Amino acid sequence: MNTADQYLKAIYLAQRIEEGPASTGTLADLLEVSPASVNEMVGKLEDRELVEHEKYKGATLTDEGLERAHNALQTYCIIERFLTNVLEVDEFREEARALESVIDDTVAERLDTIIDRPAQCPDCFDAEQDHCELLESGDHAK
Amino acid sequence: MSLGQRVSNDRQLTRLLQIGVVLEEVVESRAAHHLETLPPDERDAVDGEVETLLVDAAEESADHRERLETLIDDLEAETVSYEEINTLVDAQYGPPEDTDGVLYDQLANEETAYKFYDDLIAAIDASETEFAVDRDRLLDTLTTIREEEKEGAEEVTEIMERRA
Repeated sequence: MNTADQYLKAIYLAQRIEEGPASTGTLADLLEVSPASVNEMVGKLEDRELVEHEKYKGATLTDEGLERAHNALQTYCIIERFLTNVLEVDEFREEARALESVIDDTVAERLDTIIDRPAQCPDCFDAEQDHCELLESGDHAK
Repeated sequence: MSLGQRVSNDRQLTRLLQIGVVLEEVVESRAAHHLETLPPDERDAVDGEVETLLVDAAEESADHRERLETLIDDLEAETVSYEEINTLVDAQYGPPEDTDGVLYDQLANEETAYKFYDDLIAAIDASETEFAVDRDRLLDTLTTIREEEKEGAEEVTEIMERRA
């Protein structure tokens, strides 16, 4: 997943947490980067019409940005579920965060052929807990 | 969240190699499933060229898996067995309708594997971490496998073009 998609996913989750525009501070916390880096990337995403930014309020995804964020979150869910169900990793959240930048969505799609993912994915993703609310640690397929 | 495509430690490298093993096992298992599950009239229509392609793909994946497993052994970790992945493939498997569907799936397998190894090599190159496995041997192994995936994708494409 490239950096732009990681930002779009973070904006989507921040919007859900804050029930409104994603603030720079929340995005910086989620992405573990500086507020200046967030502002720079949000500006680039705004230029690409993926995000609308309102000063002092925050970033809101456009329809196209929302679609890409949805796909990125789905890829992330596949990685988390694969780590839990197939590789039986207990610390799947930490590891998924470390791996997501290296796993392309086409690779995730292939991994998706061997996991059991709910049809409503990624709507069942718990933004605050950073994992699917239907996924329990130890929820192994075997 | 980790921004930037790089592999920072042995644990992350191990996970990625384990994912590589699973991808190879999926290719191997799906190739076997394709041959077994095509309807009889379609199975008869699978010409020798396509059958050979699937058999070769399964053998090549098994070889790649063994090479990855050697690296994972050196990182003192384990891999998921082929039997376990075969069971998971079996549980979710939806057979392609015809031979063209088989070829498209095979092309997706090869292209996905190529993309995976390409990203992994780039992420290792971008890192200055000293891994528990020799970096040159690691990159040699992954580069060879990536090249074979590229050749595999080209082979499938050629067959598809001849059949078109």
